[in-house]
Amino acid sequence: MKEIVLIVTAVILSLAAAGAIVRIAIGPSLLDRVLASDVLLAILGAALAIDMALNHHLNNLMLLVALAVIGFIGSVTVARFVAERREQNNES
Amino acid sequence: MSPDATGVDAVIDAVTAVFLVVGALMSLGAAIGLLRFPDLMSRMHAATKPQVLGLFLMLAAIGLQMRTWWVWPVLLVAWIFQLLTAPVSAHMVGRSAYRTKHGHREMLTKDELEAVVQRAAAGQEPGDDR
Repeated sequence: MKEIVLIVTAVILSLAAAGAIVRIAIGPSLLDRVLASDVLLAILGAALAIDMALNHHLNNLMLLVALAVIGFIGSVTVARFVAERREQNNES
Repeated sequence: MSPDATGVDAVIDAVTAVFLVVGALMSLGAAIGLLRFPDLMSRMHAATKPQVLGLFLMLAAIGLQMRTWWVWPVLLVAWIFQLLTAPVSAHMVGRSAYRTKHGHREMLTKDELEAVVQRAAAGQEPGDDR
């Protein structure tokens, strides 16, 4: 049962990561890419959690907490950058 | 997942398996939404699923499998911080998406923010950064 769950979730997460990477590659704007990279980070956290749950260890638990605490800073920074740059382009 | 799993252990293992698979399906749903939805606002709607509900299911699976009580406060802290920080990034991304004219305006049924932005642009505080 453990192996079945591991294989099923690995296939699902691989497909999800492939979709997010495709959106990062073809995303028409910078904000689409930032959003897709957030999803990719969530998929990475899900993979870490599945590893911990199925193999009965807690090595990466603090990494999950740190991702939850500081994972939003990147997208906030990029969002500010996009807004200010577009406004300068409109004014000039 | 031990070989002599009987009774409560089997039930806990089954619940864990369901949580893990459903949490992984949240990520897959987010990826499908990212690929198929037409504009940034609807993609933001899809992208929040693995960040909140998917993470909750994964952390609950960890807590069920570890069978120790001290794990639960740490998992709760991780989930609460995710709940606190996900709206911040969603707000900033949505704000700059609105200000830089992303998305399809004709698909909106009502735009209540436009009047506020017009009033702020026309008027009282030039430095109003709404």
